[in-house]
This record gives sequence, structure tokens and C-alpha cells, in this order.
Amino acid sequence: MTGAARDPAPRENARALAERVARRSYGRLVAWLTAQFGDVTLAEDALSDAFTEALRTWPDRGPPDRPEAWLAAVARRKLLSEKRRAATAARLEPALALIEHERAAETAAGVAAAPDYRLALMAALAHPAAPAALHAPLMAQTVLGFEAADLASAHLVSPSAMAQRLVRAKRALRESGALFEMAAIAPPERLGAVLEAVYTAFGLAWNDRAPAHHGRTGQETEPPRPRGRALAEEALHLGRLIVEQQPESAEAQGLLALMLYAHARRDAQRDAAGRYIPLEAQNPTQWSAELMDEADASLARANTLPGAGRFQLEAAIQSLHAARRLADAPREPPWRAITLRYEALLNIAPSAGVITGAAAAIAKDRGAAAAMRFLDLRRDPQLERYQPYWATRAEVARRLGSREAVRAEAVRAYELAIGLTEDPAVRSFLLERQRGL
Amino acid sequence: MKFMMTMIETMDDFAKRDDPTQAPAYWAAWMAYSKAIEELGVLHDAAGLQPPSTAATIRLADDKRHVQDGPFADSKEQLGGYFVVDVADLDAALELAARAPCASTGGVEVRPLLPPQEPSD
Repeated sequence: MTGAARDPAPRENARALAERVARRSYGRLVAWLTAQFGDVTLAEDALSDAFTEALRTWPDRGPPDRPEAWLAAVARRKLLSEKRRAATAARLEPALALIEHERAAETAAGVAAAPDYRLALMAALAHPAAPAALHAPLMAQTVLGFEAADLASAHLVSPSAMAQRLVRAKRALRESGALFEMAAIAPPERLGAVLEAVYTAFGLAWNDRAPAHHGRTGQETEPPRPRGRALAEEALHLGRLIVEQQPESAEAQGLLALMLYAHARRDAQRDAAGRYIPLEAQNPTQWSAELMDEADASLARANTLPGAGRFQLEAAIQSLHAARRLADAPREPPWRAITLRYEALLNIAPSAGVITGAAAAIAKDRGAAAAMRFLDLRRDPQLERYQPYWATRAEVARRLGSREAVRAEAVRAYELAIGLTEDPAVRSFLLERQRGL
Repeated sequence: MKFMMTMIETMDDFAKRDDPTQAPAYWAAWMAYSKAIEELGVLHDAAGLQPPSTAATIRLADDKRHVQDGPFADSKEQLGGYFVVDVADLDAALELAARAPCASTGGVEVRPLLPPQEPSD
């Protein structure tokens, strides 16, 4: 600092640049460093230090030509000196010294030519050494740069508990050696766990309707992390990355298509006053045509590949719902085709969401009585706390008529759907539906 | 494990209780929430409170009693009621708390109860 009158522009420019680099390359750099050192915590800390150093030195010296390479070189140097401190064996010294003197330019070439380790890192993080429930937050933190506190909110866990669990999981991963097995190409048998985790992250983002207010209020010298982007966008980003690296996986294409269909409809879920609009009442012109087209293309590719699975089937259902946006399509979705796909899904992945979706489709295809019979056959404690189950049950009961018993059933189901929702707009919507009984 | 979920409401929320156009939805939302907690089989105890304007606060200091009208802390958000639930852990309690109608207006504080003390002697 050379006085109060100093021009703040270089510092702001450096910060903006560092933020842009973090946004673009954070995950890639963490993955690259982890691949070399086998320890994701060390990699994150070193990269964070490198960002701090960037904020300190870039304003005075001007930003480097290749900021990613600069950050990679600084983080790598920090990791090496860390390792050296830890290495008691003196015989490692010469080798380490040699590597340490590599020039930043060489590292730059290395980073540019290095394979993209992000998918490999995701696969490594989906190792059984880390609890399955932590796979998604681990990926979001290391590959996407989310902070434990943000992930805690998305996962409804206290921030201190989330931070602790992540630290413990990373330690377990390091001790298991999982991160040393990292290959540039993710092992196919781990892909399923990666896709699940990405979908979990997307689902959490979907529930989180509030506009992101991620503006940094902390210290100016805090290393920038790629915040301020919706978790949903990030899950999409990961989905695209996986497809890019595993173009032959039908499920990867299916997952991407599924997320894109849902994301394309995001803005159509609320009217101008913030009121909730259910899928069937949405105006298709408010869906994002661009995302829908991308989803169609992804699903079409999935359909040419062997190994259809859960995500591809779910995407196919969404594509049938989405078809009414096309000019010559009938206004009503093809309920028979949707029901058939739900029946296939019930055989391979009977989740609460699938059961609920199937009931709604059956109600349209074969009538409310058939849907209620279907629901009554599926008594599952998991369903009892699943809000959409009650909302669907309420709509089915409402369509069954006005007999006293049926009406009481509808009132109760609406009440539970209202009591279990987190979303004020959905709550208001359901209260109105209940009042209209 | 027992947790108390303290329901923090805004002055707007308290105003809705008596507003003819908003009161029905306000009360229906809370009734539905209570019902859901009850049906999940985790409810231990619950009560709603009358508005903070009905409160009186007493402090003893300098051997004197100081009684004031109004709640303990003069803040924009006030205690509106509480639920005590018996669930596995804090995660499960937060899962319930997120669904409270006031979670999107005021907030919900979730805290574990002290374990019951064994009588000494």
C-alpha cells in the first residue's frame, strides 16, 4: 500500500481477473494438482494460497499472460515445498529441487497439454471410502469450488457438520489411496455413482428456488471461489463435461437430457407475481427453446447407444411432456406413452419420485380410480414424508368425486402436502386447491 | 434425541393473524404443518404464542424489580411458537424446520434439549 490516494483500479482488475480464472478453471486446477499429489485437501489449500498470492502481486506487477498457468505453477510450488517439509527421507531432496526449479512456462505447457482430470477426480471422489451421501457435496466442493456453507444449506445440514464431514471424507479418501488411482479416463464402473451425485446436486438446486445472493462480503484478500452461480447451472456444466469425456455412455447423455428438460422449464414455473404454475398449466413459449433443443439432441444420441437406464427413461418422459411446445403437436401430452415409460422405470428404479410420477400419469391415462388403486398398493414409509406424493394423492382423490370419504381423503392429503412443502409458492397454490374442494 | 424448533416470525407474520384476507391462509399453513409433524410421529410438544405485544419482561437488578411491557429483545423478528420433536439427529430436525411456514419469512432456530438429569442422591 502506498497511500490512500492510490488508484484502486489495478486491484479491482486483478480481483476480477482472478475471479474469472476461478470460474473457468478452479475445478480443472484442483483435479490436475490432485492427480499429481494424491491429496485433494492439499491441492485445494495450495490453490487457495495461489489465489491469495495472485491478489497480492497482480495489482503491482500486472497480471501474467497466462493466469491459469501462473496459478498452477504457484500452487504446485507450494505443494512441493509442503511435500518437502513432510519428506523426511533426504534422498528425495535432489529430485524435488529439480522439479521445483522448473519454470512457470514449462508448467504452463504442462497444464495446457495435461488431460482434463475433472471427471477422473469425480470418479475418485465417488469411492466407497467416502460415504455415498457425501459424493455430491465432495464433487461440488472440489470440482466446482462451492463452499461447505453453501453445500450445507443445499443439503440441509449445519455448516459446521458439513465442513467436518467433508474434511473427514477427504482424509478417508487420502488414506484409502483412492486419489492415487486417478487415471485420466474415469473407470466406467464408477460412472454410475458420478451420475447419481450430479443428479443429486441438480435436484438440490431445483428445490432451492430462492435467487442466489452470493455477493462476497468477506475480506478482500480472501481467495475468490466460483460462487454466485446456481448449483443447477453447475450440475448442467458437469453433465456436459461428462458427456464430452464419455460420449459413448447412454446414461450420461440421458442424465444431461433430463437435467436440460427440467432446467428449460425453470422460469415457466412461476408467474409474474411469483405464483406457482404446475407443469401442465405452463406456457410452452416460456420454456427455453435452446435448452430444449439441446436436451432433444442429447436424448437422441442416448437412444442410439446401448445400455438404456433410469436417466434415459426419465429423460424420455420429459421429452414427451416437452413435445407440446412444437407447433404441430397436440396440446395434451401422450399419457399412454408416458405411463408405459413409468412402468419400465418402476421395474428398474422405483423411487418415491417415480412412484408419484407414475400415479399422476396413470390418473390421466386410465383414470383416477386406477391411480388410487396403484397408490394404495404402494405403501412405503419413504413415501409418507415425500411431499409430491401427498400433492399427487390429493389431486387423484379430488378427481375421484365428491363422496364424503373421498373428499376427506383429499382434504387430508392436501393438508399433508401443504404441511410438508418448503416452498411458499407451492404452499399457497395447494391451499387454494384445497379451498376449492 | 429431542430438539426444540423455535419459530421466529416477522411483524408481518403476526399482522397476518388478524388480517381478514390473510388470516385463513396463515392459520391453514400452520395447521397443516402441525398435522404433518404429528403424522410423522415425531411430535413431543408444541405451542403457539400470542403476539409479542402481549408480553411483559422482568429483570431484577440493584435489588429492584424492573418490569417492562413487551418482549425481552426489541427486534424485528420475534418468537411465535415452538415445537419439540424427537428425531435421530440435527439433520433430521433441520429437515423438518425447513418446512415451517415461517422459515421463508423469519426463521427457525433448532437446538437440542439438555438430556434429562438423573436426580443426585
